[in-house]
Formats: sequence, C-alpha cells, structure tokens
Amino acid sequence: MIEAQGLTKIFKDKKRGEIRAADGVSFKAQPGQIYGLLGANGAGKTTTLRMLATILQPTAGTAKVAGYDVVDDPEKVRASVGFLSTATALYGRLTAKEFVEYFGRLFGMEEAALQKRIDEIFARLEMNEFRDRRCEKLSTGMKQKVSIARTLVHNPPVMIFDEPTIGLDVMTARTIVQFIRECRAQGKTVIFSTHVMSEVEKLCDTIGIIHNGKLLAEGTLPQLRERYGEQDMEEIFVKVVGE
Amino acid sequence: MKLKNIAVVYNKERTDMLRDRRTLFNMLLFPLIMFPLISTGFSRLESRFREKARKEAAQIMVLGAEQAPELAGKLRASGKFEIVPTEPDYKQRISDKKLRAAVEFSPGFEQALRGAGAQAPGVTLYYYETEMRSEMAVHSLEEIVGEYRKDVVQGRVAGHGLPAAALTPVVTKEQNVASAEKVSGVRLGAIIPYFIIIFCLVGALHPAMDLTAGEKERGTLETILASAVSRGELVMAKFLFVLTTSLTTAVISLASYSLTLKFAPSASARGVAKDFTAHFSLQSVLMVFVMVLPLAVLFAAALVAISLIARSYKEAQSYTGPIMMLAIVPAIASILPGIELNAKLALIPILNVSLVSKEILSGSLPWGSIALVFLSTSF
Repeated sequence: MIEAQGLTKIFKDKKRGEIRAADGVSFKAQPGQIYGLLGANGAGKTTTLRMLATILQPTAGTAKVAGYDVVDDPEKVRASVGFLSTATALYGRLTAKEFVEYFGRLFGMEEAALQKRIDEIFARLEMNEFRDRRCEKLSTGMKQKVSIARTLVHNPPVMIFDEPTIGLDVMTARTIVQFIRECRAQGKTVIFSTHVMSEVEKLCDTIGIIHNGKLLAEGTLPQLRERYGEQDMEEIFVKVVGE
Repeated sequence: MKLKNIAVVYNKERTDMLRDRRTLFNMLLFPLIMFPLISTGFSRLESRFREKARKEAAQIMVLGAEQAPELAGKLRASGKFEIVPTEPDYKQRISDKKLRAAVEFSPGFEQALRGAGAQAPGVTLYYYETEMRSEMAVHSLEEIVGEYRKDVVQGRVAGHGLPAAALTPVVTKEQNVASAEKVSGVRLGAIIPYFIIIFCLVGALHPAMDLTAGEKERGTLETILASAVSRGELVMAKFLFVLTTSLTTAVISLASYSLTLKFAPSASARGVAKDFTAHFSLQSVLMVFVMVLPLAVLFAAALVAISLIARSYKEAQSYTGPIMMLAIVPAIASILPGIELNAKLALIPILNVSLVSKEILSGSLPWGSIALVFLSTSF
C-alpha cells in the first residue's frame, strides 16, 4: 500500500532559480495492483519515486509506504521496499551471489534464511550459471536479473520500479515485464514509471499522468478512455498534457 | 546505529577494495617497491657513476705549460689527468663536455715565482659548474696546485731560517661527543614519522575517493541508499575501512623501509639498519602509531567528507590534491634541523604528530607533549 499526500520537491538551481520537480503529488496504490506513472522525460516521475524510496527527502508533503511514513521512518520504509531503476547499478567487483547476499544481510536477514532465499531466487530467475561471476563481467540482461534478485531478496510488500525497461533489448525487457506481473500476482503493491505507452496499456491497473511535476490525470485505462474520448493511450496522454 | 550493519558494510568494502588493482597498488605494492627502489637503486646508481668518474682520467688542457715546467710536470706525474694537445677552442670544448677542464699559467709564471716579486704569478682554472666530472677535475687540479703552493711557501720559510710550525701558530681540533648511533638515531627519527604520515595519507586516498565519489559515478550509491542501511552506518563503515587501509599502508611502508635497510647492498645502509633495530624498540614504534592514530582518523574523515562532495572520482581527485599539499608541508617541516617541539607547535596539526614522533624515536618520552598532541589532534 502506498499513499502519497502532496509530495513536493523543490530543487534550487543558481541559473534557473527554483525548480518544482514534484508539485503536490497525491495518489494511492493498492496491494495486488500495478500503478503506472506515465510522463515525458523530466516530468517528475523519478523524483516522485525517489521520494517514495526515501532516497530523496520531500520538501513538503509526505507519503506512507507499507504503513510507514517516508519522513519519520525512512529505514522501516526501505526495509519494506524493493527499489529498481536504471540508476541502481551493481558492485562490479562482487559476484552475483555476493551482491545479493550483501543486501540481504543489510536487511537483517538470518544467514540460513538468506541462503535458502538466494537459492530460491537464483533458481527461479535462472541465474545459477553466472552465480559466482563478477557483476562487471555480466551481460546487460544478466545484470538486470541480479538487480531483480536484489530487490526481491528480503521479500518486500512494495515494489518501486523507475523506468525499469529503458535501454534494454526486447527479450530482457520482457523478462522485466513478466517479473512485474509476478509481483502483482503475489499480492505486492507495485508502482512503476515509464514513458512507453504500450507498457502502460499492457500492465497497469491504475494510471497516473504526470507533467511538470503535477499529477494531471488518474484512473483505470477504461476510465481514462471514457473521460477523454480516445482509445489510444498516446492520444489520451497528448490531450491530458496539452490542457 | 547498528554495529552489525556497520560490520556488514565494512566487510563488503574490504572484499570489494581488495579486488581493486588500484587499492592493492597503493596499499601494498607502492610502499613495498618504493623503498628498495629509492634507497638501493638510487644510491647504487649514484655511487656507480661517481666511481666511474673517479677512475676515469680527466681530459684536460694545459695552456702555457712552458711557463711553468715544474708544476706542469707535477700535473703530468699525478696520473689523474690525460693531458691533451692544446687547442684554441678549449672553452667551447669544456661547454660541450668533451674536455673536463683547462689550466692556464700566466706568462712568466716560474720566473715570477723565483723572483718572489710584488706581482704573484697566476693560474686560471677553466671548468663547467654543475657538471660533476668537470667539477671533480678542477678539484683535483686545485689540490695539486695547493700542494705546490705549500711546498713553495715552506721552501721560503726555511730559506728565512724559520721553523715550519711558524706557519700554523694556532692548532684547532674538533671532537664530536655524540656517539655515531645517536646521530643516526636522530636522523632516522626525523624521517620515519614523515614517511608514516605520508603513507597514511596515500593509503587513505584511493579508498576514500572510490567508496564515495566512485560509487556515485558508478551508480551504486543509489542502490545502497535504497537499502535498509542507515546513512550514519554507511558513512561510519566507509570511514572505518578508509582508516584501516591508511594504517595498513603505513605499517607496510615502515616494514618495507626497515627490511630495505637490513638487506641494503651498501655497508652504510646496513649500519643504519643496526641502529634502527638497536634504537627503536617495538614499544617506541608502537607509541608512534598511537600518536599517528588520531591523525589517520583526521585524514580518513577529511578525505571521505571532501570526496562525498564530488560527483566523480576525477572531481574528487582535484579536491583532494590541495589536501595532500597541506599535509605534506608540515610533515616536511618537521625534518628541518633545529625545529623542536614546544607547546605552541604542539597545537599545529600534522607537524605536532611528526615532531612528537621524532622525540619518541630519538629515545625521550615527553609525556606532557604527547598528551597535548594526542588531545589536540583528537579534537
């Protein structure tokens, strides 16, 4: 469960003055559902998700993630969240297993439970072949699997994906999409951001359209279609943003 | 802050950094090869050149040899020179380093000498300053001319019926009361703290930058910030690891230094090694490390803090460059002769540690200063 209330982030830039990267963003994401944050580059998707993952502190407003407040209880929030973005890189000099182990330990997992969980995940994601290979030597697809394993190791109830498929080839992107569906099937709360319309149509239960830091429209795909009188997601998006 | 989390991060940083070639180079290889290279390779090279230059008969020209047949004969008989036929372009030849030096006797040299007239006869020595072999040749020339001068003077004194002692009415004698061991102890004592401090810094530098700015650059910082570890635990673990490499580097460099001295090819270096083990008990070396500890803490903290501002490893390098200079200057200052620890200097960071270590290694234990330095560096 994610509940954002007026999340605002202001960056100060010497040349451009105040930048409202996120401006009063409020929404709810339910367990067992996928919430899609749709927006162009620079719309404020990443900033919003980073505040939810407690990597950034909101300037104003707050959010409750899995029942914990992102401002008051950031460590508990992080323990309940699996965060994946293209910016979350791997430690190149650690092996795939060491990397996942490291994060499991930081989440305070017992050693026996951790090893069992790693065996489970590695088997399911077919990662045993490169289990003891250093992350820097892995292909992009393998790296993405290691990142997924990292977000899953502590079995968090909330998953946050920031443009998880950007720059990936079709097969690797499909693995990710498949994985996001599995998360929903397991009853996790899933939020993900993208600027790819087709992904939104395929995956999301609820869609939020974000532009210039503001959440302009929200609803299920049928609701948005009805409200804006368009079938195509791209047309809906243009209409919302153009307003 | 959970100790367990700090330990998990610390252990991971250790695995990570020990697989990094740059860490291994800075922490192990650099101090291990630097001392043998500098102290043996360099001194060996130098002595070889010196030996070669000494053995070689320097090529010189004697201008106006007919004016001073006796002295010219002595030059020839000394065997130190190869006298080449006189050419008019001798100055150019010396500049070109084809000729080491030239001697020129003033006209009527020997006659003026015998006449003992008002006008003293002159010898001009031509050489090239900063050219070692030219300077050595001219030095030998001066020696021979000086001997000759002495002979002439003694002959004159005897001619006047005076004893030879009349020439030296007062005899001065210098006697060194410091034992040779003490002298080398003080010298070593001055240089060792300097090495330890510099290597503390060198050892801390790479991990401090790689674990902060480097992580930002590679994007792993975002990953770790999204994990359950708190910011405080993360910084603490990184700081502790930087401190560890800093001290490890210092220990390795000290060990390398003493081993180098022990197995040094030259006898003088081996003598130093003997003093080293005779003078510096394990206790005093440990004591120096205790003094260096707060300084290493300071280095590690400062480097981690500064590197955290930087967005990339390269940016961090340009920020930490001035820190290196700031640390090296006071450390060098402690080597200066005549600089002694007092209450005021005990408050200057780095210099104070360097000076107090110098005192400890030369055998005295100034407890008051030790306490003052330790406290001032700790805060």
